[in-house]
Amino acid sequence: MSAFLTVIRRDLLLAMRRKNEMLTALFFFVIVVSLFPLGIGPEPQLLKKVAPGVLWVAALLASMLSLNRMFATDYADGTLEQLTLSASPLGLLVAGKIAAHWLTSGLPLVLLAPVLGLQFDLGGEALAVLVAALLLGTPLLSLIGAIGAALTLGVRGGGVLLSLLVLPLYIPALIFGAGAVEAHVAGLAFAGHLSLLAALLVLAIFFAPWATTAALRIALE
Amino acid sequence: MNWGSPAEFFAMGGYGLYVWGSVIVCILIMVMEPIMASKRQKNILRALRRERIAEDLDRQ
Amino acid sequence: MNNRLIKWFKYASPQSFYPLAGRMIPWFWALAAVFGVIGLWISFFVAPTDAVQGEGYRIIFLHVPASWMSMFIYLVMAGWAGLGLALNTRLSGMMAQALAPTGALMAFISLWTGAFWGKPMWGTWWVWDARLTSELILFFLYIGFIALQAAIDDARRADKAGAILALVGVVNVPIIYFSVKWWNTLHQGASVSLMKSPSMAQTMLWGMLVMALCFWMYSIAVALMRVRAIILERETQTEWVRELPEVKS
Repeated sequence: MSAFLTVIRRDLLLAMRRKNEMLTALFFFVIVVSLFPLGIGPEPQLLKKVAPGVLWVAALLASMLSLNRMFATDYADGTLEQLTLSASPLGLLVAGKIAAHWLTSGLPLVLLAPVLGLQFDLGGEALAVLVAALLLGTPLLSLIGAIGAALTLGVRGGGVLLSLLVLPLYIPALIFGAGAVEAHVAGLAFAGHLSLLAALLVLAIFFAPWATTAALRIALE
Repeated sequence: MNWGSPAEFFAMGGYGLYVWGSVIVCILIMVMEPIMASKRQKNILRALRRERIAEDLDRQ
Repeated sequence: MNNRLIKWFKYASPQSFYPLAGRMIPWFWALAAVFGVIGLWISFFVAPTDAVQGEGYRIIFLHVPASWMSMFIYLVMAGWAGLGLALNTRLSGMMAQALAPTGALMAFISLWTGAFWGKPMWGTWWVWDARLTSELILFFLYIGFIALQAAIDDARRADKAGAILALVGVVNVPIIYFSVKWWNTLHQGASVSLMKSPSMAQTMLWGMLVMALCFWMYSIAVALMRVRAIILERETQTEWVRELPEVKS
């Protein structure tokens, strides 16, 4: 357990020293969300309708931007190899890195999203559902993304290749996450969407660190 | 039998473009794919032959 | 040890599999041709005109087999890749690598024929129907697999990384299909699913099955052709490749 927390603390510390990356991803989120009204038109009814989808897609893309740095910097300076040699199970350490990634890229998105949701005229309750959905969905993105990040470690064309690999796998999270908010806006029940999202999250918590560990060992061979 | 004449067959009851559009693309792909696979085979064989010749020359 | 067991495992080596594959290929082409002729005959000359969709429905005789094959090949590809990961066999990874382009092309045929079926029936070239959308995502999964293997220079690492991706994909395909189906029913108006045909006449079913067999034999033939090329590409440094009659001539 303490190894898990140590890894989180270390990654958080490193991220704090390089706040730029975190802020860049956040601003990317803001800009992308703002692009949609510019592309679609400012009509409030239309914007309210597309808001859940737009916010979710932007959150997907923003959280994908930072996936590279989950393992790349540690791989470059040899820390990753040291982690594989440590006494603690690699799966636990990887889970720690994923948690730290979520704290630095997913959580800020969750906190920022309601503010952006106001731009789209989403009501208070809808925003609450949005936050709940993102709270369940962004860790899921970090978990799935970690597998992709480990597979493409040190590979040519890494960043774009990573997006290509990971985006199709994000689709269920997108469907249920955006669907929850849309359901609420339409006056329907959204609990089903959220529970499915939670189920996916639990599944990913069990399997993603394991797959990521396997992928890391392959990359480090 | 469904068709009174070849003309009917090609017209496909008005859906000719769609049916034949599908059939043609399907055939195209299922002809191109084996051709490309056999080209790949020929290329590697050519490269291997060249290497063998180069090695033989080196040995001399 | 059982002698029969040893005899089969011998084909796990690229060296023994290469000539075996070479002998099998013509047989699979022959089977594909036979099933193809019979299937096309049923599709165009035996199956009756559909009451609702006229002659346009005949596209299903290409669309449905292609969809089935695209999904089946993904499973087989993931199976070979997983086997290669577990047993550390080179040939299994080569087999997965050989199957991927065929599967991707099957997915493409499914999407293309699906669009050509949708346009006359529903008025648009693309319908965000649950099956077509899932097929599109499957196509992306294939492309991802091919791209990942192409980007990694070391063949063994490419095999193993591809295996993990394929296995993650295999687990995800049912999840993706279910979520897309859910998404589709939520957003659908009164429209009926593109894939639902009210009644499937016996002959229509037979047509689809025979065409599916044709596509299956075709896929095996092409994959075997490709795997032979891959074997040669990856085993250039070995003695047995240099001694091949095709190379020595």
